[in-house]
Amino acid sequence: MSIFKILDTAATGMSAQNMRLNIVASNMANADSVSSSIDETYKARRPVFKALLDEVNPGVASGGVRMAGVVESKAPLVREYAPENPLADKDGYIFRPNVNMVEEMADMISASRSYQNNVEVANTAKQLLLATLKLGQ
Amino acid sequence: MLRAKRAEVLANNMANADTPGFKARDFDFEAVLNRETGDIPQLRTTRPRHIRTDAGPVPQALLAYRVPNQPSLDGNTVDNQLEQVAFAENAMKYQASLRFLDGKIKGLLTAIKG
Repeated sequence: MSIFKILDTAATGMSAQNMRLNIVASNMANADSVSSSIDETYKARRPVFKALLDEVNPGVASGGVRMAGVVESKAPLVREYAPENPLADKDGYIFRPNVNMVEEMADMISASRSYQNNVEVANTAKQLLLATLKLGQ
Repeated sequence: MLRAKRAEVLANNMANADTPGFKARDFDFEAVLNRETGDIPQLRTTRPRHIRTDAGPVPQALLAYRVPNQPSLDGNTVDNQLEQVAFAENAMKYQASLRFLDGKIKGLLTAIKG
C-alpha cells in the first residue's frame, strides 16, 4: 500500500528535522563556551541532508530523506583579549565559538516549520487511510 | 490508487524540502490515467523473470521534474507552498474517488438486500 509509504516518508522527514533542531540547540547552548586554543573551541555544526534512493531504481529519489552527516563550520573563531579569564592562553587571549545566533534562530524556525509540514502530511495520509477503511460501511 | 502514488511523490518532495540539490518531481495525473485505461497495449509480466518495462503504475519516464519559479543557492527545487496545495488537492480528489466507489458499493448492496 502506498499510503503506508507516505507515513514512512513523512516520518523520515520529521526525524531529519528533529536532528537539525537538536544540532541548533547544541550550537546555541555552546555559543559562549570559550577555550584557550583554536583546536579545543566548539565550532558551529551543520547537518547535511540526503534524499533516500529507490531500492529498485538506484539514482531515483523516493522514500524520504536521511542525515548524511554533520559538518563543522569553517568560519573563523573569535579571538578576544581577556587576560583575567582563567582560560586565557599565555598572551591573554581566549577563543569564542563561531556560532552566529541570528543564523541559528533562522535555522531553528525553518526546521520547526518543515517539521510541522511533515506532521501535516502524515495526518492527511492517516485520514485518507481511515476513509479507505470505512469504504462500503 | 494512482492518487495514492501521487500523494507519495508529493510527500517525498516535502520531506526533502531542505536537501541540497534535490529536484522536486510530479506527474500529470490525467496522462497516466489515460495510459492505464486507454487502448495502448501494455507488456504483461506474468512471471518473476519477465523483464518489467517500468516499475509500478507510474514509470520513471512519466515522472517529470518541476520547473522552479525562482532559483535557490543549494540547487533544491522544492516549493513548499506549491507542494502543500498540490497535496491538499490530491487528498480531496482521493476522497472524491472514494465517495464514488462507496456510492457504487452501497447501490449494489441495496440491490442485493432489496
